[in-house]
Amino acid sequence: MKIIVCVSLVPDSTTKVKISDSKKSIDENGVSYILNPYDELAVEEALKLKEKNGGDVTAISFGTDKSKEAIKKAFQMGADKGVLIKSGSPDFDSYTVSKNLADFIKPLNPDIVLFGKQSIDFDGLLVPSMVSELLGIPCISVVVKLDITDGKVTAEREVEGGKEIVESTLPIVIGAQKGINDPRYPNLKSIMAAKSKPIEEIAATYSGNKTEITEMNLPPAKASGKIFVNGKDDVSELVRLLREEAKVI
Amino acid sequence: MSNIVAFVETKEGKFKNSAFEIVTEAVKIASETSSELTVLAIGSGIENDAQSLAEYGAAKLIYTDLNELNGKNATQGFKYSPSSFAKVISEVAKQKNADIIILSATSLGKDLAGRIAIKTDSSVYNDCISVKTEGGKITASRPVYAGKSITEVKSNSDKIVLTLRPNVFKPVKKEGGSIQTEKADTGTFNLSDSDFSSVVKDVVISSEKLDVAEADRIVSGGRGLREPEQFKLVEELANSIGAAVGASRAVVDSGWRPHSEQVGQTGKTVSPSLYIACGISGAIQHLAGMSSSKCIVAINKDKDAPIFQVANYGIVGDVFEIIPAMTEEFKKVLSN
Ligand SMILES: Cc1cc2nc3c(=O)[nH]c(=O)nc-3n(C[C@H](O)[C@H](O)[C@H](O)COP(=O)(O)OP(=O)(O)OC[C@H]3O[C@@H](n4cnc5c(N)ncnc54)[C@H](O)[C@@H]3O)c2cc1C
Ligand SMILES: Nc1ncnc2c1ncn2[C@@H]1O[C@H](COP(=O)(O)O)[C@@H](O)[C@H]1O
Repeated sequence: MKIIVCVSLVPDSTTKVKISDSKKSIDENGVSYILNPYDELAVEEALKLKEKNGGDVTAISFGTDKSKEAIKKAFQMGADKGVLIKSGSPDFDSYTVSKNLADFIKPLNPDIVLFGKQSIDFDGLLVPSMVSELLGIPCISVVVKLDITDGKVTAEREVEGGKEIVESTLPIVIGAQKGINDPRYPNLKSIMAAKSKPIEEIAATYSGNKTEITEMNLPPAKASGKIFVNGKDDVSELVRLLREEAKVI
Repeated sequence: MSNIVAFVETKEGKFKNSAFEIVTEAVKIASETSSELTVLAIGSGIENDAQSLAEYGAAKLIYTDLNELNGKNATQGFKYSPSSFAKVISEVAKQKNADIIILSATSLGKDLAGRIAIKTDSSVYNDCISVKTEGGKITASRPVYAGKSITEVKSNSDKIVLTLRPNVFKPVKKEGGSIQTEKADTGTFNLSDSDFSSVVKDVVISSEKLDVAEADRIVSGGRGLREPEQFKLVEELANSIGAAVGASRAVVDSGWRPHSEQVGQTGKTVSPSLYIACGISGAIQHLAGMSSSKCIVAINKDKDAPIFQVANYGIVGDVFEIIPAMTEEFKKVLSN
């Protein structure tokens, strides 16, 4: 089975966001970067598919040199090959990412292309479906359970209040959601093995960007709340305020 | 002069509440940009509910019958198929020369937005929390870094697809207007077998309970509840005000509550009008999922818990005392 997994490098989820002087991005000083948590699920699912069906797993990232860290983490988990599609600029939108990924992936004719359901930096929720559309193959997003038997795909997709049971065919694009698996921790052996795996670098095919950030700001500060300290005795006053002041009851 | 197509969602022959949010905002954008608005829906028997859209200012509805889509391919009996839905919306947008396409940022809308953008050669933004029109140009703002920052964004192409975060845009009724309805001719959409290669055959409802992602009021519990059995206190409080139950990741990871109830960065993003957090510390990843709620109430015994920094109201105290007292008080005031 030819398996591709797309990975991105994102600021650690505990990052305290500061806005840079340009007011168009965050201040990267002191920020530590991790493999996008949903992509970890995608890598795990890729490895499980390889264990079951044979074949190999290629991890691909679009970005600057820094993005190699995401590929290295995928190597540590067990990915076989790594490709960095190198962006000339650090500013790229979901379309630029998707177009470059699709241009590279298309001639490889993979059976499955795995993604995280979303990246936790820009929360774009777009790349998997755009890549699938550009490749002309189906996509199931927000997948919490995946089964591929005899070329038939059955998946559960999380929706409001329940799950959709989706049937599809290969080749396919999948967006992994929490619950699909428990990602493995790299062990010493796989960490050592990762060190000798080369990352292939190729040039970007597109750099246009269809969208632009005009400004980035911190969310408006909340006026400080009314906090009561007498426990149970304050309940009726609180409920009165919810009713008469906040008008939510 | 531009044209807007707004896709609205339906359930069992009725428009969902999100439809009225979308129509209200689309009507506003249409009047600010002197555009023509076409509302589009896919459903069965939906034309009978069209008047409900007119109450929010929609003047034109195009609809496609789901049964007819089902009839277009071999795997019949599906409830949703991403490619064919995306195609129907994109084709109607092309026929209407739409330069703005609006959907709700629900699981359906977010699934479709990227595909429609590619099919119509548009730029796209998911999960917008406000939309501005200045000099005929659209700018939107959307949370990034899990709500820790808000970006203002614009499109470099003349066409744009936007999905709007549910519960943020409030439906506003207009003076009684009328609506013209038209059944789409699915023959003009060039649907082919490949548009049905992925289909939703069934939808399993997790429970009859209200889902956190859709609820207007949420009562969430965290590790401060100490054991899973104590969640019945949270459920009772939720019941007293018709709220959905939510949970922190700590209790979901411990297996006390299902993942579908988790609020936060790796759970659901919610913005109800009332969010009551009980025994939740307010870790940054939890705040990421709920800090845009309109009114936040925190109950925590630790006065320094970070949840109090985002709370509009709070009580420092023991959940086992405060929650039952609050349930009683809510019942009392609501029965008056
Ligand atoms: C990548 C990543 C993603 C994450 N995603 C999420 C997410 O989506 N959602 C999420 O919630 N978390 C998420 N987390 C976890 C998050 O960091 C916290 O660990 C979690 O939110 C803590 O849950 P809690 O508030 O229930 O528990 P705790 O932090 O243990 O807090 C319990 C609180 O209860 C209070 N308390 C205890 N007893 C009582 C009592 N009797 N009366 C009143 N108060 C009491 C305590 O003072 C304390 O503040 C994520 C973490 C990571 C690393
Ligand atoms: N720069 C990138 N390189 C490779 N894959 C990416 C990149 N950005 C996003 N992805 C993939 O697309 C998924 C969804 O991202 P997004 O649409 O940005 O929320 C992520 O979980 C990744 O799997």
